[in-house]
Amino acid sequence: MNKEERYSVALFVSVGHVIKAEKILKKAGIPHKVIPVPRSISSDCGVCVRFLTEDKDRVKAALSELVPINEFREL
Amino acid sequence: MDGESLIYFDNAATTWPKPKEMIEAMVAFNDSIGANPGRSGHRLSIEAARVIYSTRELICELINAPDPLSIILTKNATEGINCCLMGLLKQGDHVITSSMEHNSVMRPLRFLETKGVTVSTVLCSPSGEIDLDDIRGAINKHTKMIAITHASNVTGTVMPIEEIARVAKEHGIFFFVDAAQTIGNREIDVIKVGIDILCFSGHKSLYGPQGTGGFYLRKGLEEFLSPLMMGGTGSASEFERQPDFLPDKYESGTPNGIGFAGLAASVRFVLGQGVDRIRAREKTLTKIFLDGLKGIEGVMLYGVDDPSRRTGTVSFNIRGVSPSDISSELDEKYRIMVRPGLHCAPSAHRTIGTFPQGTVRFSFGFFNTEEEILYGIKAIEEIAKTYYNRER
Repeated sequence: MNKEERYSVALFVSVGHVIKAEKILKKAGIPHKVIPVPRSISSDCGVCVRFLTEDKDRVKAALSELVPINEFREL
Repeated sequence: MDGESLIYFDNAATTWPKPKEMIEAMVAFNDSIGANPGRSGHRLSIEAARVIYSTRELICELINAPDPLSIILTKNATEGINCCLMGLLKQGDHVITSSMEHNSVMRPLRFLETKGVTVSTVLCSPSGEIDLDDIRGAINKHTKMIAITHASNVTGTVMPIEEIARVAKEHGIFFFVDAAQTIGNREIDVIKVGIDILCFSGHKSLYGPQGTGGFYLRKGLEEFLSPLMMGGTGSASEFERQPDFLPDKYESGTPNGIGFAGLAASVRFVLGQGVDRIRAREKTLTKIFLDGLKGIEGVMLYGVDDPSRRTGTVSFNIRGVSPSDISSELDEKYRIMVRPGLHCAPSAHRTIGTFPQGTVRFSFGFFNTEEEILYGIKAIEEIAKTYYNRER
């Protein structure tokens, strides 16, 4: 992870939603990675989508009305 | 036929053989993925979730469903049917069904009757056709759902789901379709037709592994549909209450990951061949078979004449000979696999007048050949000659 780059994660209700979001972001060409939900956020065993914080609006726009996002968190 | 090969005409029960892509995908899942989807954040778990999501996507493509998450995966069509009927119909509700239904629909409905649900079973014609006016006439102010098979597993008769959907829509009634016999061999567009719930089998006309099936649920319906089973979903684990979103609300416990990996490959195969082409091929085979049987003395054919209004399933009897005797003879002497009896659909057999002895059912699939059909006709001809004449 590059130190200067700031990352955020989008949290979803289920892994199905995460995979759906992943597919949409891939298609939209927005850099992202599916990662385990960081322990600082939740002790649940789930996964979330990490992206560059500067891309937050693009992520929001791409997913709007297609996948409900539970919440955004900055890392 | 070389006398060694097996001829499989029991595709309405489960298709066989399966495309080689199916087993390759299952081996690949087993060898390089294997993990429990959605139960952890490691790469194999995520990869397993991707595979299962792709299965949902492919089914969406096949039935024109808008959202992969509205495809709930189950172990067979029966599980989906039970989930939807038992979860949606409550005391005081009325449901309309047809007399051609399989027990996967009939038995849950008979059970629900004991819980205060009323059921109207619309009697179909002896060839298995339904009259729309009979459906209209059965509607009352408590009617919540019309639950109907897309095609009979006994006669292959295809139901006019487009017209029935319009009736349901006019009256604001949920429309439930059992597509166990048709998904993959007839075009189904859940949006265009107006289907609220579509239950399907993975191992029949989708050519997937046994132990796979599912249902499509129109978005928003999850509000009215209680889950049949509850348990771990890998999501919302902090709560002891079942999640209320799709598909997790109806998918508790570890899924059949390896099965759905195989199903994805099989649906890809079906999409690759094209539903139209599969349908045309089965229609050709069915027509040859029907024409062949019409000329045999003692043979009684059931279902509609027009091969475009039926699936590749054909029921018949030879006057005076029991279906199970014909079936055994076909297996032992001709190495032809078929299914005799009631086919888990006693009501359908009452409708066509073959209860309780049933019929002999030949059901064709994509992998059957013209040569096999002709051999099947010849076998029936010989059996009819031997036994029918002896009975007379």
